[in-house]
Amino acid sequence: MNFSNKLFLLIGLLLLPSQLYAQESTQEAQAPATTSVMPFSPAPVANDAQAVADSATKASDGAQYVPMDATPGFGMPTDKAIDFQDQKNDLGQRAYWINNYILLPIITVISFFVLGLLFWVAIRYRRKANPEPSKTTHNTTIEILWTAIPILILLGIAIPSIDLLAKQFESAPKNAVTVKAIGYQWYWGFNYPDHGDFEVVANILKEKEDVAEGERYRTDADGPQLLATDNRMVVPAGVPIRLQTTAADVIHSFAIPSLWFKLDAVPGRLNEKALMIPEPGVYFGQCSELCGAFHGYMPIAIEALPPEEFAVWVKEQGGSMPTDAVAETEAPKPAQDNEVAAQAG
Amino acid sequence: MTTIAANPSDLHEHDSDHKPAFFARWFMSTNHKDIGTLYLIFAIFAGIIGGGISGMMRLELAEPGVQYLGQWASWLSGSEATWNEALHMWNVLITAHGLIMVFFMVMPAIIGGFGNWFVPLMIGAPDMAFPRMNNVSYWLTVVAFIMLLGSTFVPGGTGLGAGTGWTVYAPLSTSGSVGPAVDMAIFSLHLAGAASILGAVNFITTIFNMRAPGMTLHKMPLFVWSVLVTAFLLLLALPVLAAAITMLLTDRNFGSGFFDAAQGGDPILYQHLFWFFGHPEVYIMILPGFGIISQIVSTFSRKPVFGYLGMAYAMVGIGVVGFVVWAHHMFTIGMTANVKIYFTAATMVIAVPTGIKIFSWIATMWGGSISFKTPMLWAIGFIFMFTVGGVTGVVLANGGLDDVYHDTYYVVAHFHYVLSLGAVFSLFAGFYYWFGKMSGRMINEFLGQLHFWIFFVGVNILFFPMHFLGNNGMPRRIPDYNSAYAYWNEIASLGYAIMAVGVIIFFINVFYSLFFGPKAEGNYWGEGATTLEWTLSSPPPFHQFETLPEVK
Repeated sequence: MNFSNKLFLLIGLLLLPSQLYAQESTQEAQAPATTSVMPFSPAPVANDAQAVADSATKASDGAQYVPMDATPGFGMPTDKAIDFQDQKNDLGQRAYWINNYILLPIITVISFFVLGLLFWVAIRYRRKANPEPSKTTHNTTIEILWTAIPILILLGIAIPSIDLLAKQFESAPKNAVTVKAIGYQWYWGFNYPDHGDFEVVANILKEKEDVAEGERYRTDADGPQLLATDNRMVVPAGVPIRLQTTAADVIHSFAIPSLWFKLDAVPGRLNEKALMIPEPGVYFGQCSELCGAFHGYMPIAIEALPPEEFAVWVKEQGGSMPTDAVAETEAPKPAQDNEVAAQAG
Repeated sequence: MTTIAANPSDLHEHDSDHKPAFFARWFMSTNHKDIGTLYLIFAIFAGIIGGGISGMMRLELAEPGVQYLGQWASWLSGSEATWNEALHMWNVLITAHGLIMVFFMVMPAIIGGFGNWFVPLMIGAPDMAFPRMNNVSYWLTVVAFIMLLGSTFVPGGTGLGAGTGWTVYAPLSTSGSVGPAVDMAIFSLHLAGAASILGAVNFITTIFNMRAPGMTLHKMPLFVWSVLVTAFLLLLALPVLAAAITMLLTDRNFGSGFFDAAQGGDPILYQHLFWFFGHPEVYIMILPGFGIISQIVSTFSRKPVFGYLGMAYAMVGIGVVGFVVWAHHMFTIGMTANVKIYFTAATMVIAVPTGIKIFSWIATMWGGSISFKTPMLWAIGFIFMFTVGGVTGVVLANGGLDDVYHDTYYVVAHFHYVLSLGAVFSLFAGFYYWFGKMSGRMINEFLGQLHFWIFFVGVNILFFPMHFLGNNGMPRRIPDYNSAYAYWNEIASLGYAIMAVGVIIFFINVFYSLFFGPKAEGNYWGEGATTLEWTLSSPPPFHQFETLPEVK
């Protein structure tokens, strides 16, 4: 009887997760949690914040921030598309690769395999072609095969997938630029604790016909319809970002499809994930957790600027670059980490 | 699997056909077949409402911009709706569609309807173990449905009705929705849940204690197995839902703060409780469908089910593993890496017993002598469509990929492939398979096949493009969208219209066949149909198996 075999396979499968994690845990000394406090980053990559700060001092006082124009087709959905938005960072490209070059072929082949089998039995064993049915009800070999082969396929999927997961959980280096995205009903606030703790409020930009005379309306430079905001979450390009999310009222979700990024904004909790935007540009997303009547009308627009222009923008917002703080004390306290501790506690 | 010794006295048992008068028969029923019929009628009625609501949603989404919500909201409130109320209307529609289809269409039809009708017949029992409790279950479901529909007419925050989504996430459902609508919706879930728990108790008792002599557990038809596993899932999962939504009620009305961070609670706690129920719930909706498909594939291949024990224990396995994968619905809440890795791996495990089922159905057909009657078409359609929904489920199981898929239309496509093309296909399959047995008249074969092909084409045009919308980044639960999403949305709405034509043909067929269909014999499917219900007349006598059948 093959039932006992199957039972063993099932038990083995139930143990699979722990096995996989055991492997994973040897590779990743510590896979950090998003919500937990990470006082020390395992490997500070480069002193990027310092670079930003330096460029800020270089920027002449006369420099002015000009909002970047959205590029059609960049960081936004494309018309009639069946594929993902172009992925603009390494993790996104890696996830895209796993999806489109591992999973998509596998699931397509499996679907067509099942379809092919159905066509075959429907033609070969239709009543006219096969008036006398066989009485076969068991075949241990094939039953073991169709249990074991899916397990192997799943293992093949799980390994790169869990590797991707671990990479997504690598925390931002200590000196990354911290931005706190706060979800409100129904707009986003972006707080810059490292840069003087100012907050930018971003509301959807309405269409020309929907606003009163003289009010600001959306232009194509702002971005696509329903995705453009009046103010944007401005960040330096090429510098790691420590993106934190929280909410003031109900749960919202911060999502940017072109960066393969989504993190819920939960009232009373502070979530944190590293985000890298190598290329300057405007990236669009939408709130991705039902949050009430205007859920469909609280888009997210990230504007990634070259570091020196970012510094100019920070100055214009009345903020300051962390250079000053660095100059004052030899060993600067990681302000953002304390804040995480305070909120989590 | 089972060899049946028909008891000829059952076929001509005139004494057993004494029926009570109309009111007593249909409003105070203790007969499993009548209650099953009531459940089916109720589910069809709820399905028309729930399906009509999805039609409203597809109409609104057919092109960018908000075209109809204002009118509908005005109609609902009786006065000119504000922009807030119009948008709130959208959330009421998505909430009602989800709750109605899950709790008042699929579950009543597949468990209350087919379960009630055929579990006693298939195990050779005269009725359910607790006939009066069976009746209580049914009428609680009706009251729950009235309660839910009633919530649409009372304030729910930004407009009339509960606009929380079927998941009723706190704090949107607590501090975020002022007014009695959400309380009514929660209470409706309480009643529906209590009804299901009573039903589950009834099925478990019936199946364990009332099998005909000789019918061991390992000889039970797979449909009975599927209902048994489902009943255990209901019994274990629904109390958790009841607890979660009771906590919502006290948070809303008595300031208990279970899910309010400001009072030491946690909104994420609600999600854990909800999905601890919610994930088994999706198996509750699909497992009886698995059972129905097994019976049909075996009947029309004229061959016993391949790998019977593997099939039965695959369902048990799905039921057990289904309880330890819930947090894959919450991958973006900010969980730790370890938790996310565990839930990714555990979720993938479910693909294995599901694969066993798919391949066993095909192996049942292999070597068979297949006739393609309407129920078999639906069953084959089910197998393929469920495979498509299953493989996209494997994609979504990957926590790292879910960062882009979560709460997009890809997810909507996935769960409609397993539910709308899975559970609903199995419902239609079962309906065509047993219509003659239940009504005593044969359903029209041509209209049935026409229904299948039109519906099959329609739902695929409706739901397949949603994968593309999800890839392209379109979030769920939004009434308006950027024009980049317009093309596939329009096609999806077109698919809805095609599907609706199929449904109309279904209703024409049902009414035509009920009145003009030829009389059905006891076993109208012939030698392939081997379970006990085919040893009885069509429809079976009001009380069957007064002499218990022997199963060898």
